[in-house]
Amino acid sequence: MTDSTFKRFVEVGRVVLLKSGPSAGKIAVIAEIIDHNRAIIDGPTTGVPRQSFPYRHLTLTPIALTKLPRGAGSGVIRKQVEKEGTVAKWESSTWAKKRAAMEKRRSLNDFERFSVMVTKKQRRDVVRKTLAKAA
Amino acid sequence: MARSRQLAPGVGRFSRSQAASRRGLYKGLKKSDKPAPTETPAFKEVTVGGDKNSGTRLVPTSKAPRFYPAEDVRQPKKSRKSPKPAKLRSTIVPGTVLILLAGRFRGKRVVFLKQLESGLLLVTGPYKINGVPLRRVNQAYVIATSTKVDLGEFKVDAKINDAYFAKPATKSSSAEAEFFEEGKPKAKEAFPEAKSADQKEVDKTVIAAVQKQENLAKYLKATFGLSKGQFPHQMVF
Repeated sequence: MTDSTFKRFVEVGRVVLLKSGPSAGKIAVIAEIIDHNRAIIDGPTTGVPRQSFPYRHLTLTPIALTKLPRGAGSGVIRKQVEKEGTVAKWESSTWAKKRAAMEKRRSLNDFERFSVMVTKKQRRDVVRKTLAKAA
Repeated sequence: MARSRQLAPGVGRFSRSQAASRRGLYKGLKKSDKPAPTETPAFKEVTVGGDKNSGTRLVPTSKAPRFYPAEDVRQPKKSRKSPKPAKLRSTIVPGTVLILLAGRFRGKRVVFLKQLESGLLLVTGPYKINGVPLRRVNQAYVIATSTKVDLGEFKVDAKINDAYFAKPATKSSSAEAEFFEEGKPKAKEAFPEAKSADQKEVDKTVIAAVQKQENLAKYLKATFGLSKGQFPHQMVF
């Protein structure tokens, strides 16, 4: 019956990614829904202070805590997050890995960019040579 | 001097008497002991040639001007500012790899050695690696990368200073001699042996330090360039 096109819901326990503000780029958990615009989010293990946050500045992730009572305090959330290994689940997702790779790429300094270019050339050379030999 | 802060144009934080009290004027103003200016005589004796010209003549030391403008023109105020050598950026430290942005060696990555008294930076390629000799470079035309070569306690010889790079005084040829030369290329002087010896001496330590890091020699050999989608204000150096 529940055959909705929507898979990620705004609910208590949903893990969200913050898009703007001082904690941009960090994940937090929805602790309580305030209204159609805002929710209380909290990220005790990721360094996000408990606060009300508008949905426009959040992205929903496919991860959610299974057992979280509504309006839970920071301590309860911390225990649940640690028990379910939520942060590890997030870090191992392709999404988080791609974000980390992009961040690394943007932060490369000139010498690192040069070294990457050299190693890519070396890899390309090995691939080309083995391909030519196999043909 | 305790300056009284301005609250509005013409209104200071402290009144005239309060400011005077803060300055300690009740102690009296200090009299400076400047020596009396040396008196120059109004007229001086000048020897004049010629038989009938009475040998010497009294001539005023400073002559009155020949010309006075019709109206008094405003003299511009004398500036109290004096140029100082440029302050070295905190990111530039001996051993830093710099990217030259202008000049004969633009795009080359070089190693910074020290800042000279004029404010210019002394850099070297090293010469064996990318052909850049010991050279002076302006800080403004340089990107400082965060890559550093560990030069240790190496200090460049004190004889390499601004005077070292002065151009040798060339004998200016007369117009006739140039005319006879008819635009033939001027005979170039061989590069002085002492300068190449200095270059080799400095580069010895630098190259040894460069070899310690992987790919660094290749990096210094390569030229810097921007490719599509690369914007310097968005890049980390």
